[in-house]
Amino acid sequence: MNIDKIKKEFPIFDNKVQNNDLVYLDSANSSQKPRIVIDRIYDFYSKEFSNVGRSVHYLAVAATNLYEQTRTSVQKYINASDKNEIVFTKGATEAINLVANTFGQKYLDEGDEVLITELEHHSNYVPWHFLRKSKKINIEFAEVNDQGEVTLEEIEKKITTRTKIICVTHLSNVTGAILPVKEIVNLAHSKGIPVLVDGCQGAPHLKLDMQDLDCDFYAISGHKMYGPTGIGVLYAKKKWLEELPPYQGGGGMIREVKKKGISYGELPNKYEAGTMATAQVIAFNESIKFLEKIGIENIEKHEKELLDYAVDLLRKNNSVNIVGNPKNKGGVISFTIEGIHPHDIATILDEDGVAIRAGHHCCQILHDKLGLPATARASFGVYNTKDDVDQLNNSINNCKKIFNLK
Amino acid sequence: MNLKELYQEIILEHGKNPKNLRKTDNFTRDAKGNNPLCGDNVHIYLKLNENNKVEDISFEGSGCAITMASASIMTDLVKGKEEKEVKEIVTNFLDMIKEKDELSTNLLSEDEKTKLMCLSGVKQYPMRVKCATLSWHTLTTAMNNSQEVASTED
Repeated sequence: MNIDKIKKEFPIFDNKVQNNDLVYLDSANSSQKPRIVIDRIYDFYSKEFSNVGRSVHYLAVAATNLYEQTRTSVQKYINASDKNEIVFTKGATEAINLVANTFGQKYLDEGDEVLITELEHHSNYVPWHFLRKSKKINIEFAEVNDQGEVTLEEIEKKITTRTKIICVTHLSNVTGAILPVKEIVNLAHSKGIPVLVDGCQGAPHLKLDMQDLDCDFYAISGHKMYGPTGIGVLYAKKKWLEELPPYQGGGGMIREVKKKGISYGELPNKYEAGTMATAQVIAFNESIKFLEKIGIENIEKHEKELLDYAVDLLRKNNSVNIVGNPKNKGGVISFTIEGIHPHDIATILDEDGVAIRAGHHCCQILHDKLGLPATARASFGVYNTKDDVDQLNNSINNCKKIFNLK
Repeated sequence: MNLKELYQEIILEHGKNPKNLRKTDNFTRDAKGNNPLCGDNVHIYLKLNENNKVEDISFEGSGCAITMASASIMTDLVKGKEEKEVKEIVTNFLDMIKEKDELSTNLLSEDEKTKLMCLSGVKQYPMRVKCATLSWHTLTTAMNNSQEVASTED
């Protein structure tokens, strides 16, 4: 795998950022885009644009076919058994909101429990929180251990007879912990409980196989997978999409509309109301092809090497503390430096062209637990190199120098 | 203004060893402020005497160097000032951070203005402006004796 060649496919690296070469270490937030994805959006709008699924003219039919091709690509990429199990959304956030809203409406009653973990991103907590008020449900939190992981045993401990759904992240965007989702699904199913997996960090970095994982719902963010913003995927087992009520109402999701009643469309139209992010969906197909061309196994291996290299280097750096030490960890390193606030770190690193994130990374529950108001976070993508990690370490040293730390 | 000028000695020093980082005994007004996105928080304690002069001001809290330095410098500057004067200084500072090139108030010495102008570097970093302004907004809330929590998030 030739990273230099892969990096050249990303136009963002052609230009200097504030007179520096860009060292982009914020892919857990959003990844950069390869040229084929950017070009696809331009070409679609320039030569092929039409709305999909409605008109019968040539462009409309062609656009509809392209749109549906992405659905088939995603189905194959994640090994879903039916292409109608792929619902396009505006992002993973909307995918989780869709499930919380419709599952909540139909299956949750007062006193029922939704089990999530302390690692969850706000987007896998807040949508369920809404149901505390509307349905008087309770939310239980599986606790994170000292290593920054949530174990199968901890999940098991928190399951009660009132647990109606379990919602877990595949890969923590703070500690990098990869959760034993397959085992969690097995356990949950043995008790008749469905499982939603927040795959925002999983999908860009890990091999996905819905048949093997067997989860009920899997939420995907397109813009973290080298795809455009405004596009996400909800994978849901067909039986759920058939049983659950529609989410948003509007054009495209209906079969027949009368004054006295409305019937809804077939899958997946039932969940795709209104004009969708057509160009983004079509360009997302190029992201999938990009990932397939490199091979997710190769990406996993490359990012693991980078991670091990970075963890080694940063551990040797005095006053740098890495948050969490999970056994099974993805390409995310959150850290603090004694005596320097994460926001100061991020601003100073930025001056060297090193783009990281500082803050609570939309995980306030976890940061409260860790007793940290904020952390700095470096996260990897396929285009990162050991040189990037070296630059990160050098810039951290520069930061320490400014603050007179050794 | 570049980064080195933003993180100059005076800010680093105030950030590391903030002045008035404590709780005023028998304070007469107080207010809490936070930047939820950053996790910065301050609690300002104010003691006004019978002539409405700031007899003491202090703060508790945590945040980045900019947040802490700003609160430290601010509390130092407004001590001994009358309520009306404090309001003028606060408005003047916030105007400077937002748009003006300098501080126009006559209530501060050139030395004091120089200290405050150290914070003007955040203008280059829009995401960091709220770090510099948090304690000032919180002071306004305390002056107004309002019970709400000050926030720089709109």
